[in-house]
Amino acid sequence: MTLLEVSGVSVSFDGFRAINNLSIQIGEPELRAVIGPNGAGKTTFMDIITGKTRPDEGRVLWGEKNISLLGLSESQIAMEGIGRKFQKPTVFEDQTVRENLAMSLKNPRGPLAVLLHRKTAEGAARIEEIAEEIGLTEHLARRAGVLSHGQKQWLEIGMLLAQDPRLLLVDEPAAGMTTAEREHTTDLLRRAAQTRAVVVVEHDMEFVRRLDCKVTVLHEGSVLAEGSLDHVTSDQTVIDVYLGRKDA
Amino acid sequence: MRNAFTRTFVYRNPSVLWFLAALGLFTLGVTVLSEGFGIGVISTSFVKTLGKTLCLCLIAIAMDVVWGYCGILSLGHFAFFGIGGYAIGMWLMYARTEGIVVTSLAAQSIPPTPQEISDAIGNQIFGVVGSSEFPLIWAFADSLALQLAMVVLVPGLLALVFGWLAFRSRVTGVYLSILTQAMTLALSLYLFQNDSGLRGNNGLSGLQNIPGFDDVPQSTISIVFFLGSALALALGYALFAWVVSGKMGSVVKAIRDDEARVRFLGYHVESYKLFIFTLTAVVSGIAGALYYPQAGIINPAEIAPIASIYLAVWVAIGGRGRLYGAVIGAAFVSLLSSWFTGGGAPDIDLGIYVIRWTDWWLVLLGFSFVAVTLFFPKGIGGLFDYLVRKQ
Ligand SMILES: Nc1ncnc2c1ncn2[C@@H]1O[C@H](COP(=O)(O)OP(=O)(O)O)[C@@H](O)[C@H]1O
Ligand SMILES: [Mg+2]
Repeated sequence: MTLLEVSGVSVSFDGFRAINNLSIQIGEPELRAVIGPNGAGKTTFMDIITGKTRPDEGRVLWGEKNISLLGLSESQIAMEGIGRKFQKPTVFEDQTVRENLAMSLKNPRGPLAVLLHRKTAEGAARIEEIAEEIGLTEHLARRAGVLSHGQKQWLEIGMLLAQDPRLLLVDEPAAGMTTAEREHTTDLLRRAAQTRAVVVVEHDMEFVRRLDCKVTVLHEGSVLAEGSLDHVTSDQTVIDVYLGRKDA
Repeated sequence: MRNAFTRTFVYRNPSVLWFLAALGLFTLGVTVLSEGFGIGVISTSFVKTLGKTLCLCLIAIAMDVVWGYCGILSLGHFAFFGIGGYAIGMWLMYARTEGIVVTSLAAQSIPPTPQEISDAIGNQIFGVVGSSEFPLIWAFADSLALQLAMVVLVPGLLALVFGWLAFRSRVTGVYLSILTQAMTLALSLYLFQNDSGLRGNNGLSGLQNIPGFDDVPQSTISIVFFLGSALALALGYALFAWVVSGKMGSVVKAIRDDEARVRFLGYHVESYKLFIFTLTAVVSGIAGALYYPQAGIINPAEIAPIASIYLAVWVAIGGRGRLYGAVIGAAFVSLLSSWFTGGGAPDIDLGIYVIRWTDWWLVLLGFSFVAVTLFFPKGIGGLFDYLVRKQ
């Protein structure tokens, strides 16, 4: 079924159309890669879904009841079950890996509930489980600020998993990672996508190939092509605007 | 039994225990050395200075929570402190004046009517601003319980409304600081007016005299207030240490470091800011209500914008983001300040120019602030971290 439906969305910054009549549908479960040259509007697309940027026109519908996300605040959208990893890894560097994960766990989010919150065995077990998954078991008690760049990326993915969202938006997860780390990351994302929708923005073709999923090519704010990686990379318009430019 | 204790909050936060122990020892020491309850080595006026300092430490930890932990640089928290002082001051002044008036009218042959008594009290209190009518805000001044409620409710409600408007519009950073300065400036300018109902620039005075305890000497009253202030600081410290520990502390510090990111985790950032802002405002009000009976007088100059800026300076010098740092900063700087400005520090004669500390203290404080900000961003409290880590 369709979990997220973006249709006819446009947004301009000072007259510049960053997103132009964009329509994308994401199913559940599904793994989807979004590729496109720099400035194609990939990050802005995620900004719109998560409520950071309001589109000038178009619809963003969510879930079985087709509720519109456009009227909701960032925190409400997150509570609807949409989690996001940012292009630049943003974890809370002053706090430990465990605290970062604990804050993200799916629990009541109101101030009173949080103030009276007591640690539970389930919560601790869930944190261990996620730490295992993202390979940070040994680092749970360390400050997130001292982690390597790749580990911070994983921690942020772990924070996403802890939220247990229905849709994960992952912006350039492999940036700054070694080859081995990249392979671990693709495995992580593919496992996550078995039970939910995952949208991954990535530049690296090898990475996308390993994800082995449907690919959407964005260009100048709209969809240029959609299909398997082989299908889109053999598309002449895609070769012209994207691959061609990269080779040049 | 042992298990029950290991699960308590204090066990998991030994620094709270250390602080409470140190405060307890200090309090005991001062009491034993005081004139009121002890051997009389410490003068009553110095006991009052120490008691007031404890109240300043209490508002400083509130400031540390709102700024150091939650990242809201409020430059208006002294307004809440002042409101707490005015609220208790109204009862103190009313009840004491009533006592005096009733005694003097009792000497008349015809018993005075309630109206006569009320008029006489009004005359006594508002004569200085050319009025004798009781303004509406004095409606509950005859009730200690209600005025005590106002110590908490008025700062709380003001903070709630102000914070709701500001945070909802996502005013942050320096703009929020300016807005809080405007709030405290507006309040102080309003109170300076003679028709504000709070005696204009005369403020409220004679607050050191506690109605009903006319026969008790100040040496005793000073110790009672000193102990009360110490208790309030202890409770406030434990409360705030609890709030900024655990998951609440995690979220609050996360808001300080990257509030946009916290929103994407599903937390409603504005509610958290409002909670912290209001809670610290209430504690500031309580600190003020304990401070001014020891000071004896409150006037609108007390809540001038500069007072709230000093508060931020104390916390910065003491070390933001650690409660004991705020206590050290407030105690150290405010005591040093009264020593310098009170003529305690000897003037320095340079031959061509005499450095008078009463004039130059502010310059010294300013330089210290700049030096701390540039070279010791963790403040005096940061030294502790350094020493503990070295072991
Ligand atoms: N807040 C903004 N203000 C102005 N221009 C923006 C803003 N956000 C994005 N843009 C512009 O929109 C275009 C798309 O940006 P982005 O979505 O970040 O691209 P991508 O992530 O695909 O590299 C770029 O030209 C960028 O400069
Ligand atoms: Mg981008």
